[in-house]
Amino acid sequence: MVGLRTSLQRDKEMDEKIIAGALFELVRLTATELPEDVKAALVAGRQKEAAGSNAEFILSAFLKNIEMARERRVPLCQDTGAPAFYISHPPHLSRRFLKGLCEEALVRATAGQYLRPNAVDAVSGKNSGNNVGQGFPPIYFTEWDDPALEVLLMLKGGGSENVGSQYSLPCDALNAGRDLEGVRIVVLDALRRAEGKGCPPGILGICIGGDRGSGYAESKRQLLRRLADVNPDPLLATLENRLLEEGNSLGIGPLGLGGNTTLLGVKIGALHRVPACYFVTITYMCWEHRRRAMRIEPDGTYRVTC
Amino acid sequence: MIELATPLSEEQIRSLHAGDRVVLSGIAVTGRDAAHKYLVETLIEGPRPLPPADKKIYEELESILRGGAIYHSGPIVRAEGGTWSFVSAGPTTSIRDEIYQDKVIAAFGVRVVIGKGGMGARTLAACKKYGAVYLHAIGGAGVYDAASVSDVIEVFMAEEFGLPEAFWKIRFHQFPGIVTMDAHGKSLHDDLAGSFDKRLTELIRGRDR
Repeated sequence: MVGLRTSLQRDKEMDEKIIAGALFELVRLTATELPEDVKAALVAGRQKEAAGSNAEFILSAFLKNIEMARERRVPLCQDTGAPAFYISHPPHLSRRFLKGLCEEALVRATAGQYLRPNAVDAVSGKNSGNNVGQGFPPIYFTEWDDPALEVLLMLKGGGSENVGSQYSLPCDALNAGRDLEGVRIVVLDALRRAEGKGCPPGILGICIGGDRGSGYAESKRQLLRRLADVNPDPLLATLENRLLEEGNSLGIGPLGLGGNTTLLGVKIGALHRVPACYFVTITYMCWEHRRRAMRIEPDGTYRVTC
Repeated sequence: MIELATPLSEEQIRSLHAGDRVVLSGIAVTGRDAAHKYLVETLIEGPRPLPPADKKIYEELESILRGGAIYHSGPIVRAEGGTWSFVSAGPTTSIRDEIYQDKVIAAFGVRVVIGKGGMGARTLAACKKYGAVYLHAIGGAGVYDAASVSDVIEVFMAEEFGLPEAFWKIRFHQFPGIVTMDAHGKSLHDDLAGSFDKRLTELIRGRDR
């Protein structure tokens, strides 16, 4: 057994080859196969819709799409989204090295049509053609003591990203104060405003607190949690369940055309804030929640963990 | 399930109602953000005479759109052995084209606007005035939707707009969707919005727990 560490010292090329192969497979898998928990939630949603309804028709089409994409090994949605990597790595692995490999995986996946070229120069409007650009993709690193490397990838479409929002409490218009009741109100308001535009049934990632930037980052990070994951904070766990139930009672339904399935999950995190600010940030994920994780062991083997 | 094929007459369109499920066949063209901006600012409202290159595109598009369909989609396209095909091609959010769509319907005689999320009052008014409908496709289901695109015939403005934003001339074979805005001034989106608001108010104001 050759550890990543020793192999890195002895034979960098071998390491590079293993990690590059794993990352490419991660991108391909994320774009083409939905995680099992999301698929199961869609199946459960369909059971709650009236026979012959538009909601049932749409959810059936979604499930068919999932099967077709998997069988044909092609992207679930033409909008393969903005990629974001979340990497946990042992201390000795260079972040620059890993960043280069993430970019390389995107370039390869784009050439293989697993990704649509989605990185557009914000000033000139020119598409880079390979999914790499300024700040694209964002990569979030965490150093850990585990000898393995874990990479989570999220592909998030633009339609759902457009309906994310941030509230500064108190919010007069909604009579929402600086407490969990205020949070509940603004989240329901955000969900109502998103209606069909974010491709429901959606998953809400929410951050209470933080600053304007960290709030958005944390709300998105919440989407990495599995749907069945229970919040360790009992207050937030209760709020998650309540919002899930109340959100579904809005009747927005699949694609906003009415129905009982508006949300597949609600995930809430909290960050310390300064006394003057109380932000609630909501990131909306579409029904096609493309998040996958790959764990690369020191011996060079790797497996999908989510 | 109602079966439709382009070119469509005004009468056929006016027989449709919000809530109808249809499958659409025949020639159509994709067009999203950059395409709509170009359609209006250059082809419809640009200085005359149009430069020859634009005039040619105008004529090509008019032949597709008169009685035809425009699909808000930015596909993933594969080129194999000299022919194109759509790999994944679901609808994109239509409301971004709201400021252009009514003008495009008026100038080109479009009968079917295909997308997701619905559109606003301007488009609804144009649907009523000129005889057009908004067909809501299955959002996110890119492979399922692409399976109803039987031919990719030609592409315009691929260099200028990039592949996702280009005009792709395609042939649909039984492309599925739900009419959510009809030519009688009815919008399923507007109707549903009222019920969403009502429930939201109950949840917020009622604090009924």
